Amino acid sequence: MPVVKADLAACQGYANCVVGAADYFDLDDDGIVVLLKTEVPEAERARVVEAARSCPVSALIVED
Amino acid sequence: MDTVTVIVGSSIGGVRTAQSLRLEGYEGRIVLVGEEEELPYDKPPLSKSVLAGTATEASICLLNRDQAEESGIELELGHPAIGIDIAGNLLQRQGREALHFDNLVIATGASARPSPWGHRSGIHVLRTLGDGRSLRADLAKGGQLAVVGAGFIGAEAAATARALGLEVTVVDPLPIPMSRIFNAEVGQWFGDLHRSNGVTTIFGTGVEAIDGEQGSFTLRLTNGQNLEAATVLVGIGAVPNDAWISSSGLLVDNGLVLDEYCRAVDAAHIYGVGDVARWRHQKYGEDMRIEHWTNAVEQAACVAYNITHPENPRAYTPVEYVWSDQHDWKIQVVGRVGGKAEHAIIGHPEVHGRFAALYTVDGTNLSGAAIVNWPKALLACRRGMGAGITVQELRQKLEPMLTPQPLRTS
Repeated sequence: MPVVKADLAACQGYANCVVGAADYFDLDDDGIVVLLKTEVPEAERARVVEAARSCPVSALIVED
Repeated sequence: MDTVTVIVGSSIGGVRTAQSLRLEGYEGRIVLVGEEEELPYDKPPLSKSVLAGTATEASICLLNRDQAEESGIELELGHPAIGIDIAGNLLQRQGREALHFDNLVIATGASARPSPWGHRSGIHVLRTLGDGRSLRADLAKGGQLAVVGAGFIGAEAAATARALGLEVTVVDPLPIPMSRIFNAEVGQWFGDLHRSNGVTTIFGTGVEAIDGEQGSFTLRLTNGQNLEAATVLVGIGAVPNDAWISSSGLLVDNGLVLDEYCRAVDAAHIYGVGDVARWRHQKYGEDMRIEHWTNAVEQAACVAYNITHPENPRAYTPVEYVWSDQHDWKIQVVGRVGGKAEHAIIGHPEVHGRFAALYTVDGTNLSGAAIVNWPKALLACRRGMGAGITVQELRQKLEPMLTPQPLRTS
């Protein structure tokens, strides 16, 4: 199953990912991304990949 | 025969449309046409990390040849589109044969508004990678930098140049910077931010003329003052790249005019994305054009969805979002701010090191926010804008999060 990965050092807290898929992404108190789930069922792939790609600093990827 | 989607514009809006089409399962050909020879690249770092030299040009590549090939995206770079034959479904290009399309996506972006004070060497704008290279080369020579325009690009470049050790002066005709976007109180803090970081500000003053040559310019200001500079950056906004479309018969009015599904009002198989697109925002009931990164990304996804689901298209109704990095401030703006909207300010830059200015048009509900150095507040505002929240509710949520920051010792 595809898996979401986050580069916590790159994250700047823009929150585009949370707006795109709030069931997968959140921000902690320092404004750094928190992954709520990592495994992405095929039916949710398009939505989660769009949310990951909306990161302005490319801190998120969905790997097959 | 395969259907063909031709995308004009190889920056973020065009690239993301191509990638999102594949994500949506589009199986036809995708041809990405770009004016520049460069591989597609990301623009926000051009005034920040790339200008500073902390990020490489390679790091801002949006789509290299291997990735394009893997995704079945045909790159046609270096030959700008010059017209559209709508009846014949043809995109005309300079120096290349016309391309047939079944769907056409126009994502040609915007250009820096040209300097009205001449274009000679040493007078820069900042929009493309080429612009960034030549500005960076001139900054490396040292000497005073004069920035004309205290908007996002000018302010970011000024902050970067200051961090590189240059002496920087920012000139803007507005007495308070950013006051076209924010109210005066918040705008004043932006002026303070520049000055506290060693940038000289001359606000409420325009530029009459720029005399001299690279290395020894004199800016003659409307207040009678003369400003010396080795290098000049003109950051006075952008204009949509729509002139090439107008001969096609498509409606152009400060951008390509689109319906709520981002389809050209007079040709439903032609779409627009990004800075060049003026579409009907259903929730606001207005035609809008937004020149920001996140909008290009979200609009690209919507257009890709609509191309692959023509029987069930989705109206594009985003909440506006833009960010800017200036000195040690991360500035983020959500929804609609400034103008006649009432505002409430939570936090203070000198006391808390962060603040949020919350705007309401109807006196109750949040209509927009400007947030500095406060990601949790940003998220609360973005969520609130989506779901609907009152300024009072948001204030009660955010105020307990504030703690005074330790006094700076420097």
